[in-house]
Amino acid sequence: MKKTWRDYLWIAELTYVSLGLFNILFAWLGMVFFVTPLLIAIFGGGKTYCNHFCGRGQLLGLLGGRLRLSRNATPPRFLRSAWFRYGFLTFFMTMFGLMIFSTYKVFTGLPLEQAVTLLWTFKLPWTWAEVGAVAPWMAQFAFGFFGVMLTSSTLGLITMVLLKPRSWCVYCPMGTMTQGICKLKHGRDPGNHERGCEKGCGAA
Amino acid sequence: MAQKYAFVERECVACGTCVKACPRSAMTVYKGVRAGCDAFICAGCGTCAKACPAAVIQMISKGGDE
Repeated sequence: MKKTWRDYLWIAELTYVSLGLFNILFAWLGMVFFVTPLLIAIFGGGKTYCNHFCGRGQLLGLLGGRLRLSRNATPPRFLRSAWFRYGFLTFFMTMFGLMIFSTYKVFTGLPLEQAVTLLWTFKLPWTWAEVGAVAPWMAQFAFGFFGVMLTSSTLGLITMVLLKPRSWCVYCPMGTMTQGICKLKHGRDPGNHERGCEKGCGAA
Repeated sequence: MAQKYAFVERECVACGTCVKACPRSAMTVYKGVRAGCDAFICAGCGTCAKACPAAVIQMISKGGDE
């Protein structure tokens, strides 16, 4: 299949992480990866973002597939179960909410904490960051959001190595949210009757 | 031997990995809810089943038996 510009969006993911390491304020750009999939799903585009534009998915596919860094092991059943996916989404959004709350606390006068929290536990000191040009709450959000992005990237890399390349896509909170939106709009079982399914529709 | 096609289970996460993997463009993600396979186009090669990160694709014969 001929490659298009969409197939190179993994470069955007790599650039984002690199820019964030260079200057933490670039973390704000990650809002694009956060808002775009939701807008596409809400306005009728389904999971176009996951299917075509997700740079992280492409990067994990390249690392695990082409570079053969994945064990290609069959993932455990619980990973795709609704309770795990929605449970992980709830946990992820709770931690996101706490990050927003700490941003609010800095907005109200608490001192800025120059650290990026990895896997919701490990505080990586980030004292070299130059954030004097913006309001402290904007810097706090950048630290918090970059922590969210690094955490999800780390989990994606771990499951890429241990399971299949794009295992992150199974429990990605954005993917769960966009699929949830699509299910709300079209029902849980819209079928797939666009092309010749009379003798064996692939949708169960 | 009966020809096989890709059967997608209900727990599909609609990530689109199978769509990219399919050499015959037989897979589609329908309305962002679930992937489906065009059984007429599917050659039964199983590439999608191997690529599927959720392991929800089974190769079954077009007659219906596994």
